Amino acid sequence: MRFVPTTEAEKREMLASLGAASIEELFADIPAGLRLKDELDLPPAMYESELTAHLRSLAGRNADLENYACFMGGGVYDRLVPAALSAVASRAEFVTAYTPYQAEISQGVLQAIYEYQTFICQLTGLDVANASVYDGATACAEAALMAVAHTGRRAVLVTEGLHPEYRRVVETYLRPQGLELITVPQREDGQADMAALEALSVGKKAAGLIAQQPNFFGCLEPMAALAQTMHEAGGLFIACVEPVSLGILASPGSYGADIAVGEGQSLGNPVSFGGPLLGFMAAKQDLLRRLPGRIVGATVDKDGRRGFVLTLQAREQHIRREKASSNICSNQALNALYAAVYLALAGKEGLKEAANLSVQKAHYLYKRLTALPGWRPAFSGPFFNEFCLAVDERIDWEQIERRLLEQKIIGGLPLGRLERKYEGLVLFCVTEARTRAEMDRLVEIVAAM
Amino acid sequence: MYPENLKYSKEHEWVMAEAGNRARIGITFFAQKELGDVVFVELPEEGAEVAAGDGFAVVESVKAVSDIYAPVSGRVVEVNQALNDNPERINEDPYGEGWIAVIEMTDAAELDDLLNSDDYAALVAEA
Amino acid sequence: MQKEMSLIFEGGAPGRRAFVLPPADVPEEPLERLIPAEHLRQEELSLPEQAEVDVVRHYTNLSRRNFAVDVGFYPLGSCTMKYNPKVNEMAASLPGFAKVHPYQPEETVQGALELMYNLGQYLCRIAGLNHVSLQPAAGAHGELTGLLLIKAYHMDRGEDEQRREVIIPDSAHGTNPASAAMCGYKVVTVRSDERGGMDLAELRKVAGPKTAALMLTNPNTLGLFDENITEIAAIVHEAGGLLYYDGANANAVVGIAKPGDMGFDVVHFNLHKTFSTPHGGGGPGAGPVCVCDKLAPFLPVPVVVAAEEGRYKLDYDRPKSIGQVKSFYGNFGVLVRAYAYIRALGASGLREVAETAVLHANYLMRKLAPYFDLPYDRPCKHEFVLSGKRQKSRGVRTLDMAKRLLDYGFHAPTVYFPLIVDEAIMIEPTETESKETLDAFAAAMIAIADEAEKDPELVKSAPLTTVVKRLDETRAARQLDLRWRPAPAAKSG
Repeated sequence: MRFVPTTEAEKREMLASLGAASIEELFADIPAGLRLKDELDLPPAMYESELTAHLRSLAGRNADLENYACFMGGGVYDRLVPAALSAVASRAEFVTAYTPYQAEISQGVLQAIYEYQTFICQLTGLDVANASVYDGATACAEAALMAVAHTGRRAVLVTEGLHPEYRRVVETYLRPQGLELITVPQREDGQADMAALEALSVGKKAAGLIAQQPNFFGCLEPMAALAQTMHEAGGLFIACVEPVSLGILASPGSYGADIAVGEGQSLGNPVSFGGPLLGFMAAKQDLLRRLPGRIVGATVDKDGRRGFVLTLQAREQHIRREKASSNICSNQALNALYAAVYLALAGKEGLKEAANLSVQKAHYLYKRLTALPGWRPAFSGPFFNEFCLAVDERIDWEQIERRLLEQKIIGGLPLGRLERKYEGLVLFCVTEARTRAEMDRLVEIVAAM
Repeated sequence: MYPENLKYSKEHEWVMAEAGNRARIGITFFAQKELGDVVFVELPEEGAEVAAGDGFAVVESVKAVSDIYAPVSGRVVEVNQALNDNPERINEDPYGEGWIAVIEMTDAAELDDLLNSDDYAALVAEA
Repeated sequence: MQKEMSLIFEGGAPGRRAFVLPPADVPEEPLERLIPAEHLRQEELSLPEQAEVDVVRHYTNLSRRNFAVDVGFYPLGSCTMKYNPKVNEMAASLPGFAKVHPYQPEETVQGALELMYNLGQYLCRIAGLNHVSLQPAAGAHGELTGLLLIKAYHMDRGEDEQRREVIIPDSAHGTNPASAAMCGYKVVTVRSDERGGMDLAELRKVAGPKTAALMLTNPNTLGLFDENITEIAAIVHEAGGLLYYDGANANAVVGIAKPGDMGFDVVHFNLHKTFSTPHGGGGPGAGPVCVCDKLAPFLPVPVVVAAEEGRYKLDYDRPKSIGQVKSFYGNFGVLVRAYAYIRALGASGLREVAETAVLHANYLMRKLAPYFDLPYDRPCKHEFVLSGKRQKSRGVRTLDMAKRLLDYGFHAPTVYFPLIVDEAIMIEPTETESKETLDAFAAAMIAIADEAEKDPELVKSAPLTTVVKRLDETRAARQLDLRWRPAPAAKSG
C-alpha cells in the first residue's frame, strides 16, 4: 500500500523548484557513512487485501471475548456497551485530531474533555479532575508524586490489596528520586491492617497512603477509617477506585480522600489486551496546581460566547520544563471520550444497574463455587464483583482452565501467575455481561473435575 | 516606567528600601509586560529565610512562568496575599498594589549591588 | 454554526433513559445484605438522563466542531499529522485484537504476542538497535523509561551517585527536561550554534564524569539534522555518558539512516507520529523504546520473547529490570495499527515516506521563504521553522497569523516553539499531502503575510469564521471553571 499522493512527475517538479538534482541531495547533511546503502530488512509491502487477510489470521489465533465468556478481571473488565457508543466516539473528527492546541477549531474535543472532567468529579465526589493519564497504575504513581510534592515527605504507603502491577509501577516512579514505598499488610478478612497502618504512620514520614476500593482481591476496604488514620498522621489519602462500582459504592469525596485515581477502561472502553486504557485523576481544590497533565477550562470568546480552552498550562512540561508537575504530554483523550459517552448513555440509572447486576451475579457465582468441595473463600470480608478463592492442593487449576477453554470460558485468574506468594488463589470476576447460563456452565465444569 | 526611588535587579525585580531594614519587592514594568497577563502568583511563606539570588516566588501568565529571585537576603516578613485573588494587580500596578513581599534584610549593604533606574533602563533597552 | 452548544448535563428529563440493562437473571438480594451500608453511596449520583438520540446528536455535533486530519491539512510542527490509514482502524477493531483480556493464558493470545514480537523486531531494525520494550504509552513515557534504563545501567556500574546530570539542547521539547527531572537528574542546557546544531565547544565543556546522558532530537526541533552527530556521540561516550534519541522527528530518517548507527544507545519512537496511528485528540499514543545490548538487562517487564516452535511468551524473569512503567504490555491497540502500517508499506514504502516528507517540507519552505524570516536558511528535513518577526513589526503576532489560517480552512502550525526562535512558526507538511494542498497552504500563508502588511487589524481579529471567535485564555486561567455544576436549587418556602 502507499499513502503518498505525490507522483514521480510532481516530485521532479518540486526538486527542480529547489534546484536539486535528486532527493538524495536533500539528505546531504546526513554524513555519508550514516546513510543506508541498502533497504531496511523488513517484509515486503502488501496490498490491502493481503494485509487484511494477514491481520485476520493473526487476530484469529487469539481467543476473543465475543466467543468466550470471561471471568477474569484484575483491573480490566468485559462489560456491556451500547452500540451508540462507538458509533459516535469513533468519528474521525475525534479520532484523527491532535491535542486541541487551536481552541477555536477544537471545541468538540475541548468540550468533551470538560464534560469528562465533570463526570469524573461527579463519580468521585471531588472538586477537580484532569484530562486523563495513561492508566490506573500510572495514575497511582502520579498521585504518589503529588503527595510527596505537597507534604515534602519522602515515603508513600500502599495497601497490600493494591493491584500488584500498580504497586510495581508506583515503585518504578518513586525509586529514581530516592523515595520509599512501604506496604501496609492485610488481614485475614482481606482488608488493610489498621493497627499496622497506625504503627507505620508513627514518625510521620508518610506523604500519603494509596488504598484500592474494591481492592485487588475484590474485598471492600474500610476507606473512611484508613483516610482518618492517614490524615491524623498528616499525609494525604489517595483512593484508587473502579468507576462503575461508584454507581453504588461510597464516593472517595464522601470518605475524605484527597485524591481519587483509577482505571477507567471499564467505562465503555474495549479490553484490548490491556491497552490503551484510561487513567483518571481527581483531587480536592487545594491540590489543583499539583495535578499532572492537561486540564480544560470554560471561558468566553470575544463576543461573550461560551467556549473551552486548555488552561493552567504553566504547570506543564512545555512551559515549566524540568520544574513541571509531570512530564506527561500525550494522554488518553480518546479513551476519556469513550468514558464520557458511556456515562452519558448509561446515565444515572444505567450505571447503578451495571454495578448492582455485577454484585448480584458475583455473589451468585460465589455461593455456587464455595459450595463445592475443595473450594473455600480466601478472605472472609465483604466483596464487590470479584472474589478470591483458595483452591485445595488436590485440585489442578491448570487442568480446569484447559477444560474451561474447551467450553469457551476464560478464567478465573490464577494469582500465582502474578506473584508467587499468591499461589493457590484464583480470582473470579463477574460483570453484568455474564449470564446465569455461563456461570452454571462454569460451575458444572469445575464440579466435574 | 522605572521610578528613581527604587533599586533594580538584573532579573527584573524592583526593591524599595523602607524603614527598619525592610525591602519591599516586586517585578518591574518590563517584566510584567514580557510575561503578559499574570494569572497566578506562588507567594513565599511568611517567616521564610532567603538568600540573595534564591528563587522565592513564581509568577505565571497563560503561556509563561517566571521565577522571582530574592534581590536581597533576609527573612520574609510580609506577603501580598491580595495577589491570590487578584494576580492582575501585577500588570495593573507593578510598583504599587502589585508588590509581592517584604524582606527584612540581614545586610542592607546588598542594596548597593543593585542597579539604579538609569542603569536598569539601559539594560532593558538592550533586551 | 456560531452558536453555543449545550453541555450534556444541560437538558434531559428525570426518568429518561438511553442504555437500559437487562434485569438480573439470578435471585436478587437486597444490596445492603451483600455489602455493609458503610461502603454504600449515600449521596445521589448526578449523571445525565438523556435519550439515545440526544446523546448521539450531542457528540455528533461536538465532532462537527472539531478539526482533524480527515477534515483538512494539519501542518502542526513536531506532531507529524500524517494521514491515518483506515485499514489500521479495521485491524485494531478486530475482535481477536480489541476483545482479548490481558491475563488470558498465553496459548490463547499467540496471535497478539506474535504481532508484538514482530513489531518490536521491525522497530529495532529501523532504530539500528537490538532490543525493545513496547510498554511505554507515549513519547514522554518512552523518555522516562529510557532514562530509567540509563540510570539503572550507571547504578549497576556503581556510577549513579556520580552521574547526576542530563545534557539537553535549548531547542529540545519540554518533555526532555521534565523526564530528566522525574528521574532525579539535574538538567544542563546546551545552546544551539548559529547553524541550529548543538554547540560543540559548549558540549565539550559540560560533558564529563557527572554526565549520565545526552538527550537529542535529530533532526532537531528546527527541522535540521545535526551534522556533527558522530562527534557529539563520541564526546558523550568518552565522558562515560549515554545517548538518548527522542524519536519525535523520526519521520525524516526512517529507512534513510539509523539512530543506532549515529551512536544512540536508546531510541523512542512515537507510533502516533511516524507510524501513522491516530492521535485521538490528545492520545492514546505509544512510545516504544529500543536499546543497545548493554541496556537490555534493565528493560521493563514483561518482554515478549520467541520461545520454541514459533511460540511466544511474556518474560518476567529479568532480575535487573527497572520494573514496570505501566500496567500490562503497552497500548496494544496502537501497536496493532503501527504494525499494519509497517506491513502495508514495507521497506521501500517507509523510505519513500521519509524522502517525500523531506521533499514536501523543503518545497514549502522555499515557497514561503520570500515572505517570512527564515532564521536557519539551509535544507531542512521533515519540518522547518519560520519567524514572524517581520510581521511583528507591523503589530501582527505569530498567534494572529495562526488564528487567521483557521479562517482559510487550515490547522495552524506549531507556534512559539522552539523557544530559541522569536515568534516561531513551525511547519511540518508530512508526506501524505498532495501538491495541490501544499500549494493552497502556501497561497494562504502568503495572503496572510500580505494582509499583515495592508490590513493588520483583520489578521489581529481572526478567526472570524470558526464556531467561536478568539477565546479569552486569561479569563480561563484567572476565573477557573473546570467542571459543570448544577445550578443551586431554588430555596423553597
